[in-house]
Amino acid sequence: MRAFITVIGRDTVGVIARISTVCSELNINIQDVTQSILQEMFCMIMLVDLSKCTVSHEELRSRFAQAGAELGMQVNVTRQEVFDAMHKI
Amino acid sequence: MSMINSRDILETIEMLTAENLDVRTVTMGISLLDCIDSDPAKACEKIYNKIVSKASALVPTVNAISEEYGIPIVNKRISVTPIAMLLGAAPQADPVEYAKTLDAAAHKVGVNFIGGFGALVHKGFSPGDERLIRSLPRALAETELVCSSINVGSTKSGLNMDAIRLMGQIVRQTAEATQDNMCMGDAKLVVFCNAPEDNPFMAGAFHGPGEPDCEIHVGVSGPGAVRAALAELPKDAPMDEVAELVKRTAFKITRLGQLVANLASERLGVPAGIIDLSLAPTPAVGDSVANILEEMGLESCGCCGTTACLALLNDAVKKGGVMASNHVGGLSGAFIPVSEDDGMIKAATCGSLTIEKLEAMTAVCSVGIDMVVIPGDTSAEVISALIADEAAIGMVNSKTTAVRVIPAIGHQAGDVLDFGGLLGRAPIMPISTYKSDVFVHRGGRIPAPMQALKN
Repeated sequence: MRAFITVIGRDTVGVIARISTVCSELNINIQDVTQSILQEMFCMIMLVDLSKCTVSHEELRSRFAQAGAELGMQVNVTRQEVFDAMHKI
Repeated sequence: MSMINSRDILETIEMLTAENLDVRTVTMGISLLDCIDSDPAKACEKIYNKIVSKASALVPTVNAISEEYGIPIVNKRISVTPIAMLLGAAPQADPVEYAKTLDAAAHKVGVNFIGGFGALVHKGFSPGDERLIRSLPRALAETELVCSSINVGSTKSGLNMDAIRLMGQIVRQTAEATQDNMCMGDAKLVVFCNAPEDNPFMAGAFHGPGEPDCEIHVGVSGPGAVRAALAELPKDAPMDEVAELVKRTAFKITRLGQLVANLASERLGVPAGIIDLSLAPTPAVGDSVANILEEMGLESCGCCGTTACLALLNDAVKKGGVMASNHVGGLSGAFIPVSEDDGMIKAATCGSLTIEKLEAMTAVCSVGIDMVVIPGDTSAEVISALIADEAAIGMVNSKTTAVRVIPAIGHQAGDVLDFGGLLGRAPIMPISTYKSDVFVHRGGRIPAPMQALKN
C-alpha cells in the first residue's frame, strides 16, 4: 500500500522535517525522497508505505493537509496505483 | 523513483489539483424488471427495496475509494430500467407515485441523481409509455433527484413524430410546472435519438433491458487537463500534434476512470459495466470544452472552425480512451452543455455561439442541444421541430443526439437563468420564431434511413 506524498509551494525551512514528523507519528515508513526547484517552486516527492499506518485515510489526509497549511504549501497524498494507471501501459 | 519519474508525478498532481481532473460519476445500473407488479403499491415497494438493497453501499464505498486513493470522484448516481416498462403491467397506476418512489430511494442511499423515469418510444407507444410521458411535468416538479429520458428515434427504426410532437408539449408543460424553480424540471429531461442503454451521465442515464441485473459504470472527465496540455503546445504546431496530445491526455484520464471502475466493482461485488469516454465540462473556470476549442486557435467558441476543431477533439478523446479501458460505452465523446460550461456560457453571452451552430456541432460530437435556455414564449411546435432536427442528425449519422432545452417561462432572449451547482447558468439564446406547426402536426413516422439496412 504505497503512496506518494507531494509537497509543492514556495521553499521554506523545515519542509522535510515537518512532513517526516507526521509520517513518524502515524507510523508511515518513508522509502524514498526526492526534491527539486521547478519554475521557482519547491517540489518534494516522498514515496511512503502506508500499510502500517495507525489512523484512517480520512485522518491521514487531514493531518497532512494541516501540515501543508502550516507550511503554506500544497500537500497531496495519492496512492501509487494512480500514477501506475496513468503513466504505465 | 519507483519506476515513475518526478515529472509524471507532478503532472498528475497538477491535473488533479489545478486542472479539475476528476472522475465525474460512478453510476450503478439496476434492473427493475423483477419489480413489475399489477398492484402499483406493491411495485413501488419492490422498487424501493431493490434500489436500497443494491445501492446502500454505493456512496460510502466510492467515497472511501476517493479518500484512500486521492482521486476526486464528483457524483454517485443510479440508473434504472425505464419505468414505462413497469407501468404497462399496472394500467391504473399513477406514474408520479413511481417517480416519488425513485426519489425516496435516491435520498435514502445518498446519491445525487437517479435516472430512468423514462420510456423507449422510437417506433411507437406500448402500454405505459404515453402515460409516463404525460405524467412528466408533474413527476419532475414533485421530485428532486429523478431524471427522465425519452427515446423518440433511432437509426434502425426512424423517428416517431407522434412522440416528438408530444415531447414538445411536455417540455413546455414541464417548464411551466417548475416555473418557480428556474424551470428546473427541464434540466432533468432529455429527449434522445439512439439513446445508449448504459449511459452513466445524467440526465439521460437509464438501465437498458439488455443490461445485467446490476453493474457499475464510470464516466470520466477532464476538459481542464486537456486544455492545460494544449496550452503548452506552440501556436504554430500542426493539427496532427494537437490530436496526438489530446489522445495522450485522454488515455491518462481514462486510465484513472478504469482504476476507479475496477476498485468500485471489486468492493461492491458488482460487475464493471462500461467506461464512458467523455469530456464533461463543469461551470468551474477552465474546466470547459469551449476553452479547449479556443486553445486550438479559435477566438470564441462558435466561430467558423468550431465544428472542425470539435470533430478532432471528439475523435482524439475516443482514440486515446479506448486503449485505456476494458469496455467502452455510454455516450463517449465531448459534451457541449451550454449552461454547464464556463466557456460556452461566455460564448453564448457574447453572441459567438448560436443554437444553429450548436446544431452543427452536435453532428460531430456527443450529444446535442444540451442545457440550452430558450425564450419562454417558444411554442411547443418549435421545440418539437428542434427535437426532430436533432433526432434526424442522430438517425442519419448512426449516433446519439439529444435535446435538453429549458424554455424560460416569463423571460426573454438576453436574460440569464442560474440553476446553481453543476447545472450552472445560461443566457437565454434566441431561436427561430418561424412556424413549423404544419410539419409537427402531421405526426406519423419518418422512415428509417438506408443506413439502417446493414444486414
